[in-house]
Amino acid sequence: MKTYKIYVDCANCAAKMEEAVKKTEGIADATVNFMALKMNVEFEEGADEKKVLKKALKNARKVDDDIEIEF
Amino acid sequence: MRRKQKKALIRIIIAAVLMVVLGLLSHFTNINEYVLFALYMVPYLVVGYDVLWKAVKGIGRGQVFDENFLMAIATVGAIILQEYTEGVAVMLFYQIGELFQSIAVGKSRKNIADLMDIRPDYANVEEDGKLVQVDPDTLEPGSVIVVEPGERIPIDGIVIDGESSLNNSALTGESVPVDVGPDSPVNSGGINLSGVLKVRTTKAFGESTASKILELVENAGSRKAKAENFITKFAKYYTPAVVAAAVLLALLPPLVRMAMSVDPLWTQWIYRALTFLVISCPCAIVVSVPLSFFGGIGGASNAGILIKGSNYMETLANIKTVVFDKTGTLTRGNFAVTGVHHSELEDEELLRLAAHAESHSPHPIAKSILTAYGKDIDPTLVSNVKDISGHGVTATVDGHEVAAGNSRLMTTLGVPFTDCHSIGTIVHMAVDGAYAGHIVISDELKEHAKEAVESLKASGVKKTVMLTGDNEATANQIAKELDVNEVHAGLLPADKVTIVERLLTEQKKNETLAFVGDGMNDAPVLSRADLGIAMGALGSDAAIEAADVVLMDDDPLKISKAVRIARKCMRIVKTNIWFAIGVKLACLILGAFGIANMWIAIFADVGVMVLCVLNAIRCLFVKNL
Repeated sequence: MKTYKIYVDCANCAAKMEEAVKKTEGIADATVNFMALKMNVEFEEGADEKKVLKKALKNARKVDDDIEIEF
Repeated sequence: MRRKQKKALIRIIIAAVLMVVLGLLSHFTNINEYVLFALYMVPYLVVGYDVLWKAVKGIGRGQVFDENFLMAIATVGAIILQEYTEGVAVMLFYQIGELFQSIAVGKSRKNIADLMDIRPDYANVEEDGKLVQVDPDTLEPGSVIVVEPGERIPIDGIVIDGESSLNNSALTGESVPVDVGPDSPVNSGGINLSGVLKVRTTKAFGESTASKILELVENAGSRKAKAENFITKFAKYYTPAVVAAAVLLALLPPLVRMAMSVDPLWTQWIYRALTFLVISCPCAIVVSVPLSFFGGIGGASNAGILIKGSNYMETLANIKTVVFDKTGTLTRGNFAVTGVHHSELEDEELLRLAAHAESHSPHPIAKSILTAYGKDIDPTLVSNVKDISGHGVTATVDGHEVAAGNSRLMTTLGVPFTDCHSIGTIVHMAVDGAYAGHIVISDELKEHAKEAVESLKASGVKKTVMLTGDNEATANQIAKELDVNEVHAGLLPADKVTIVERLLTEQKKNETLAFVGDGMNDAPVLSRADLGIAMGALGSDAAIEAADVVLMDDDPLKISKAVRIARKCMRIVKTNIWFAIGVKLACLILGAFGIANMWIAIFADVGVMVLCVLNAIRCLFVKNL
C-alpha cells in the first residue's frame, strides 16, 4: 500500500474522488482521507504505478477539476 | 486565510453589498424590469461565475448530481421565475458555506498538524570539532549526534555524554520534564531543555519513535468508521433521490391539475422544486462526520492517546469489559529481587547461575535477576539455552544443568519444590536436577492503577478482569487492592486468548471488550479482543503494531480518558448526522407544501453545515474530560 499527498476541495468531492480512483484499472483499492489530504492506494499486481496514477488522476478530475495527486 | 479564501471573501462581500443596494433600490423606486434583471446579474455573476462554469463543464462530463450543477439550476431557475433576490442569495450563501467549510477544515488541519509537529528536520553531527547539520534520514544506527538545548531529539538513542532534562509532552502528553544522563535511553520527538547531550543512535530515522507516531496518526483517518461509511452511502443516494423528487414535484402536480382542468400553477410548483434542489446538496452532512473523527483523534493524540482509526473510536465508546494484563499495565513491571529462600547453595552463587541462565531473556523478571546479580555476565559459560514460554528457561551454566522458572517448570522437570508464602513472583531453581531454592521478585503497583480501575467503573465499564502469568497469591492480593471483578492467575500466553474469547462470547450485542497489555508477548490477545490497548509505545514496536490504541505514557488512567474522548466524539457525530438529516428532511417536507421558501432552504443547507462544523470542532477539546 502506498500513500500519496492529494488536494481536494470538499468532503463530498473527496468521497467522489475515492470512488473514481477505485474504479481505475490497475487499482485494487483506495481510501481518500479528506482531513489529512492523503490517499492510500493498493495497486493490482504488476500494475505500472505511474501510468495507473495518471489515469486515476484523469478519472478523478472528471468528477472535480480541483483535484491534485502528488506522485 | 489562504489566497483563494481571501478572493472568495472579497467576492462575497461585493455581492452582498450589491444585493442589499439593489433590494432597497427595487423597493423604493420603479425600475424597468429588464434593467433590474441586468443589475442583478452583476452580483450573481460576481459570486457565482465559478459555480456556473464548473456546472457547464460538469454537464459535458455527465456529472448531473454535481453540487455546482444543482446550485446553477436552482439559481438560474429562480432568476427565470423573476425571483432575483433569491437567486443571488442562494448563490451567495452557498459560497459563504463553502468558504466557511474550507476555513474550518483548514484550521483544524493546522491545529492537528501543530500537535503533531514533532518531526525533527535535522541532526547535528560532529565533524572535525565542528557541528554540522545533516538530514537525519542519512544517519545509520550507531551514529553519534549532538542535541543542543532547545532542540528536538531527531533519532532514538542512548545518551553517552551530558545531563539534561527532556520535555516529552509531544510524545506522552505529560509535561513534567524527564531527567536524563549517560546511559538513559531517549526518544525522538522529545525536546532537550537544559544541557548539551551526546547521543548514540539505536535506530534509523524512519524507525524512530517520532516517525512511527507521525505515520500512525497520519494514517489514522484511512480506517473509516461505520458512521463515516454510512454517511458516504447516504450522500450517494440522497442527492439523486432529492433531485428525482424535485423533478416529480415540478411536473406531477401541475399535470394533475391540468387534467382536472384547474390552473396548473406551473410557477409555484417549479419554485418548490427549485427549493428541493437547494436542499439536495449533501456537503453539510458529509463534511461534519470525518471532521468530528479527525478532531477526536487529534485531541486524543494531544493527550498522549493514539487511536489508530475512527472505527476504533466507535469500539472505544462502547466498551463494557476491560481485561488487563497485570504486568506493565497495572504494575510497573520493574521487578526487584526481594529475597532468596531455601537456597541449598550460597545466595550469591544461586543468583549467579540464575542470571547466566536468564541472560538472553528479554523478560522483565530476567532483567531484575541480572540487576540483583550486579556483575558482568560471562557469555562463554552459558550454552543450550531453552526458553520455554510460560514456564521459564533451562540452560547449561558453568557445567551445571540449570533450570529457572515457575512451579510448572519444576513439575515438568519432576523436581519437588518448596512453595513460597511471600507475595511476588517466585523463580524456582533446579541445579543438576535437584531443587536449589527460589528467588522472590516483587513488583509494585502503578501510581494510578487503583484510580484507573475506579474511573473505568465510573464511566460505565461493567466488568474489569485481570489476567496474569503470576501466582495466585500475588494476583489475588493485587486484585483485592485494585477491586477488579475477576482475576485469573497462573496463565500461559495461550490461556489469555482462551479467557478473552470466553469473555467475548459472554458479551451482549453492541458491547465491546478491550484488552490492555504492554505489547511484549500480548500480540495475539491484543488482536483477538475487540480493541487492543497497548502500554508503552515508547520503546516497544510490537505494541504499536498489534494494538488499536496506544497509550504513550503507560498511564492506565488514560484508558478511561480515551473512553470519554471516544464517547464525546461519537455523541457529536450522532448529533450531527441526525441534526443535518433531520433539518434537511423537515425542510424538504415544508418545501413541498410551499411553507418553506428558498431562504429556508438555503439555511437548511448552509446553516446546518456551519452548525455541524462548529459542533464537530468541539471534538478537539478533550483536556477536561
